[in-house]
Amino acid sequence: MEIQITLNGKIIKDHVEPDCLLIDWVRKHGCYSVKRGCETSNCGLCTVFMDGKPVLSCSMLAARANGHNVQTLEGLQEEAKDFVAFIADQGADQCGFCNPGFVMNTISLLRENPNPTDDEIRAYLAGNLCRCSGYEGQLRGIRNYLNHKNK
Amino acid sequence: MADKNVNNAIDLSDLGLDTITETETEFSIGAMVTLRQLELHEGLNTYTQNAIRQAVCDIVGVQFRNMATVGGSIFGRFGFSDVLTMFLTLDCDVELFQGGIVSLEQFSQMKPDNDILVRIIVKKTPGQFVYDSMRNTRTDFPVIACGVSCVNEEYRFSIGARPGKALLLRDEEHILKDGLTENNIRNMSKWVAAHTPTDSNLRGSAKYRTHLIDVFVQRNLIQLRGE
Repeated sequence: MEIQITLNGKIIKDHVEPDCLLIDWVRKHGCYSVKRGCETSNCGLCTVFMDGKPVLSCSMLAARANGHNVQTLEGLQEEAKDFVAFIADQGADQCGFCNPGFVMNTISLLRENPNPTDDEIRAYLAGNLCRCSGYEGQLRGIRNYLNHKNK
Repeated sequence: MADKNVNNAIDLSDLGLDTITETETEFSIGAMVTLRQLELHEGLNTYTQNAIRQAVCDIVGVQFRNMATVGGSIFGRFGFSDVLTMFLTLDCDVELFQGGIVSLEQFSQMKPDNDILVRIIVKKTPGQFVYDSMRNTRTDFPVIACGVSCVNEEYRFSIGARPGKALLLRDEEHILKDGLTENNIRNMSKWVAAHTPTDSNLRGSAKYRTHLIDVFVQRNLIQLRGE
């Protein structure tokens, strides 16, 4: 089937099989920040934005994104760079595999709620699993970023 | 994603069923409304005293709730469904493309068929609503889910994740007719626990679930009392 998706601001027309997953489609188009993790809608590694909302690309057909605007971390570098250094400063990432999905969902959180409490951060990021850390480093990183921003 | 061959799939996503419409008497919730829309809808959460938000807020994560639809949850009548458990506490109908409008309680007992769920109709019948669930870890399926409401002075107890699909019970023996006293609440919770069939799975045993039902009905009734 023929689809047209705006990927990171660029209109792409493509032919896909009906069962092609969005994760495979964005990776085919060079967006390797989108990682294949659990494939059961649980881990958040494959997070992309569709029309500005975070969704799981492992659980969405590319056909469902037809006519929509899809963004990956490759298209959000500027917005991410403000706070990722604070997360790195905490040594929050170990293997780093969860990082792109985690950063994507943090961008979404901060767009919706620019000054979240720690509980609101935990609740919003509950769908992003990390098997190296205990999440405290990431939480400290976001908290330090917010404190710095609000100075 | 599961490996399953689907010969014919019908995509409902461009049929305009992704909105919640509020009138003076009801909410009309399209089948393609996401769980996140339910979570953030001010009118629904004001009417249910945030019970709907409480029911969906621990379902996987925000990204999942931006995709999972209320129609998918209700039509599937899954045992683990927080959504079905919550909506059974409401004065609520569903509209089926072929079957017309039927009460959600009746629909929850119907056998699966090839009809299409179009929308869910929540009537603004005056009521109080409380929802809570027990999870082994946040974002996991519930071990037990418990919604309690008092709609038009009728108490309703919806128990999900038994692990069978949610079951709705009422105060058939008028245990609460003299109000929510400590004694009545204790007797009511024991009655609900005794009349709700439970089973075991990897998340918990039948005995544990029965005990949890007793605890959660008590807690929710106390909260319903305003404490």
